[in-house]
Amino acid sequence: MLDAAAIAELANRVDGAQSNRHTIAKLTDDYPGMTVDDGYAVQDECLRRWQARGRALIGYKAGLTSRAKMIQMGVDVPSFGLLMRDTCDAEGGVVPTAGLIHPRVEGEIAYVMARDLSGPAVSIDQVHAATDFIQPAIEILDSRFEKFRFDLPSVVADNGSSARFVMGGRMRRPNDVDPATIGIVLEINGEAAALACSGAVLGHPARAVQMLVAWLHERGRILPAGSVVLTGAATEAMPIAKGDIVCARFQDMGSINVRID
Amino acid sequence: MTVLDAAAIARHGDELYEALVAGATVPNLRDRVPGITIVDAYHIQARMIGRRVAAGETVVGKKIGVTSRAVQNAIGVFEPDFGILTSAMAYDDGATVPIEALIQPKAEAEIAFVLKRDLKGPGVTAADVLAATDHVRACFEIVDSRITNWDIRIQDTVADNASCGVYALGREKIDPRDVDLALAGMWAERNGEQVAVGVGAAVQGSPANAVAWLANTLGRLDMPFLAGEVILSGALGPMFPVGEGDHIAMRIGGIGDCSLTFGRRTADA
Repeated sequence: MLDAAAIAELANRVDGAQSNRHTIAKLTDDYPGMTVDDGYAVQDECLRRWQARGRALIGYKAGLTSRAKMIQMGVDVPSFGLLMRDTCDAEGGVVPTAGLIHPRVEGEIAYVMARDLSGPAVSIDQVHAATDFIQPAIEILDSRFEKFRFDLPSVVADNGSSARFVMGGRMRRPNDVDPATIGIVLEINGEAAALACSGAVLGHPARAVQMLVAWLHERGRILPAGSVVLTGAATEAMPIAKGDIVCARFQDMGSINVRID
Repeated sequence: MTVLDAAAIARHGDELYEALVAGATVPNLRDRVPGITIVDAYHIQARMIGRRVAAGETVVGKKIGVTSRAVQNAIGVFEPDFGILTSAMAYDDGATVPIEALIQPKAEAEIAFVLKRDLKGPGVTAADVLAATDHVRACFEIVDSRITNWDIRIQDTVADNASCGVYALGREKIDPRDVDLALAGMWAERNGEQVAVGVGAAVQGSPANAVAWLANTLGRLDMPFLAGEVILSGALGPMFPVGEGDHIAMRIGGIGDCSLTFGRRTADA
């Protein structure tokens, strides 16, 4: 475990890179002993600073939720990141990416919670009983690390590469659709750029919520009512550039359209 | 455009039929038959199917292959192909397929169409297909190749009946009015582990587009496309290998599910 001074120093680096939009070397270059838990400690320190500046935490995002990414990173649980209210953009609008380093877009299912959820092992039924609705979402990722060179402790500290997100389309009760078989087509400038099924996420996107609640429980926390959970990329993350039109279509859940600026 | 005479077509069609019956493979055709065309390959396919029909099988439908961008890129051809389904290829949902019936099988999850009216191209649109469709169903197609090591280009797979092996239809029959085919999501698992995911749009933008392509292609060839035929419209996601003792299952959003088990080899060798 790194000491508080090291965590604070790493939070300076990550917060500085995110605020000032510049790249940094992966954190383990200077702190080879850094663990995934250290990464979460950096995330927590960043959150403390962001909240002190008036930014609001509105939920969580799961990352590394596909089998391919888990194998690539050598993990068997997702990573979790923080969703800040000011990174949410409106559907039908513009997503500002000025200064983002190498933005990519991916499509996924968002859960919005109606009730608090807590405990070490909630079931999918309990997740759904506590869910207000699910909705299509797209996430804009932007790793702050040079040349995409990163490892798990570094990417966790960098808040799971979170940059912007958009929710939209049709809200559904999770029991009115099969959340594991929602087909997703991610189009960029009218071309199908990525094709997926929501079940690519851990077999069922509610598993990301289950695992998030267990992860929060280990840290003595709960998933509060009203939280948004982005359950993780169902599609591959596709590069985007200023001027691109992104459309994500979801079976029986409508679509999200945005312009990248 | 053909390079093969009737005797050569018969010889290659017979060779593939005999490989099928023996559970054996033959070297690819393209290296043995310089300049072989896709039309030659369809003639060889017709001969191979003719042998199956002569042996007592009946034609029950068609399969469309090479529908995804990934497979088209892999074999360097940018339109689909088709093969013929016979009665001997059909298994029930949940059935056990004898592994001896297959050589080097792989599974694909697809949407099957069953027509209520004949379709006659050219000029058939996706809307015509939907209007003529009685129902759609989830379908596992078990593709297989009589060509050694799946070393296929378009001529090899077309001649070998579009690499069709066997298939099973899910039990649920869905009116196409009740489902968004292009956005139907699919997951498939083998022995409880997820091995493929996909979506209807992977098939030519929508599976109905692939069926329209088939109707128009058959129209040009003056081949029938009849009410009641089963049409396998193409893979929603990547194919995955299957072997003896495997259990595979899949679900397609808004359409249904399907499963198969593969038998174990009997110890007679």
